[in-house]
Amino acid sequence: MSAALFETLLRLGDNTLVLGHRVSEWCGKAPVLEEDIALANTALDLIGQTQMWLSYAAEVEGAGRSADDLAMLRDVWDFRNILMVERPNLDFGHTMMRQFLFDAYHRALLSGLAGSGDPRVAEIAAKAVKEATYHLDRSAETVIALGDGTEVSHAKMQTALDLLWPYTGEMFHSDEADAEMVAAGVIPDPEGLRPAWMDTVTATMAEATLTLPDSNFAHKGGRTGKQHTEHLGHMLTQMQWLQRAYPDATW
Amino acid sequence: MYAQMIKSTGKGVKTLDEMDPQERAFQERIDAGGKIEPRDWMPAGYRKNLIRQIGQHAHSEIVGQLPEGNWITRAPTLERKAILLAKVQDEAGHGLYLYCAAETLGITRDEMFEALHEGRMKYSSIFNYPTLTWADMGAVGWLVDGAAIMNQVPLQRTSYGPYARAMVRICKEESFHQRQGFDIMMKMCNGTDAQKKMAQDALNRMWYPSLMMFGPSDKDSVHSEQSMAWKIKMNTNDELRQKFVDQTVPQAEYLGLTVPDDKLSWNEEKGGYDFSEPDWSEFFDVLAGNGPCNQERLQTRKDAWESGQWVRDGMLAHAAKKRAAKLAAE
Repeated sequence: MSAALFETLLRLGDNTLVLGHRVSEWCGKAPVLEEDIALANTALDLIGQTQMWLSYAAEVEGAGRSADDLAMLRDVWDFRNILMVERPNLDFGHTMMRQFLFDAYHRALLSGLAGSGDPRVAEIAAKAVKEATYHLDRSAETVIALGDGTEVSHAKMQTALDLLWPYTGEMFHSDEADAEMVAAGVIPDPEGLRPAWMDTVTATMAEATLTLPDSNFAHKGGRTGKQHTEHLGHMLTQMQWLQRAYPDATW
Repeated sequence: MYAQMIKSTGKGVKTLDEMDPQERAFQERIDAGGKIEPRDWMPAGYRKNLIRQIGQHAHSEIVGQLPEGNWITRAPTLERKAILLAKVQDEAGHGLYLYCAAETLGITRDEMFEALHEGRMKYSSIFNYPTLTWADMGAVGWLVDGAAIMNQVPLQRTSYGPYARAMVRICKEESFHQRQGFDIMMKMCNGTDAQKKMAQDALNRMWYPSLMMFGPSDKDSVHSEQSMAWKIKMNTNDELRQKFVDQTVPQAEYLGLTVPDDKLSWNEEKGGYDFSEPDWSEFFDVLAGNGPCNQERLQTRKDAWESGQWVRDGMLAHAAKKRAAKLAAE
């Protein structure tokens, strides 16, 4: 198996798994009914993408594990999602700002992956990029509306942006696995995604009347698995509970 | 059902001869199978009853997201998680159609939310019961959606056009949900001893609350007659409950589960099962706000509404600014 490819697929699938899980926590509790529908729909898309990425990861690994085994039976240190997506939802503003910052990255990444030299990766990305584009339209609209809306909503969105900003840099970091996959033509260079992302973010924040923090500091450790936040472990205690409590059951 | 204990306003059903010409024309149109549309004249009582009934149904869809949301984050596989998410998304969508249908009668969605939060409008008693194991996700689909379908299929022919049309869409999705629920039950019943135990436990807890969904016995339900004359209620409570039991008992047998009723037996003469009535005092306790989850369910909805106020305000303010800018540019 290709260890670097396996690692790459986990990074893709864990981002969508963990973010999809967080978004699904909103079920029945959104500020308006249309948002309940939209959040469930976003979570559903992300879990659907997870099934595709982790199924391929399981095949590449060739160790007899399934996508569900990867999702439900790995511990924190084996997860490869960026730290930003495991952060708790906090309020609706924080949830939508996180979604926007991720969607802008996700669309750029998936657009690149749609031209991957690995046909399976290209195929999954081509499907997922349509969903990501739609998610981005929606999250950008919401960020703009709430940034521009009232004094209260503006302040809440600025706080969310300030909190999340240090978690955005990790999206563009590279390690040896990335370098190997870039050289093999499987993934675009992570750093190369930054300009397109930055353009989207700058334009949207201008319209939302929000100020980009003046800092390049980046928390990292999620996509290498070196050091997750404390939050991921708690998420896994819920997500994985049935599979771990009843290991001989099928569902 | 999703609309229980809707009190009709009138004292008894008037005969055609007792009606004034307008009311008589309205009733004759309904008797002939015609549809009433939002701009048509309608008796005040018809309007009032429909608002309550459709509103209660809509609230049930929205509150009904919560017992299932309770398991979305613990769904055992990616596929089960995706299916459950799709289901609650459908339910929120049903809520949306139904609020829209009610709005055609001259009430706003915000007014209906306010009435729900203040306890002036209700939602189905079934959602005041807890979902304690994964098998409950199966039982909710199988029993609760199954009972809902019993009531909603005839409502596709209800006299009020927007309600009937909303019901057509809703029924298609509900029968899909019921199949998904039964599929979970099959998996559990063919699984390990622990899974079988979960499945039986879910049936034990949900059987009588599901029977209660149809409302009190006809002999104690004094409000049905007018609603049936108006065709906003198509069958009696007891007819639907009997139909549900007759359909569900063989399914339970197929699953290898025991319906928790010693008196359950096939009655050859009536061509249906004899069965025990639910404990109606429990039903009235739940309606009065004393079910196991009433307080939590309503508080969750109120909290969502209150903590979302700034979001709604922000969105409205932004939309107003955009409109003003567009006007200034013209």
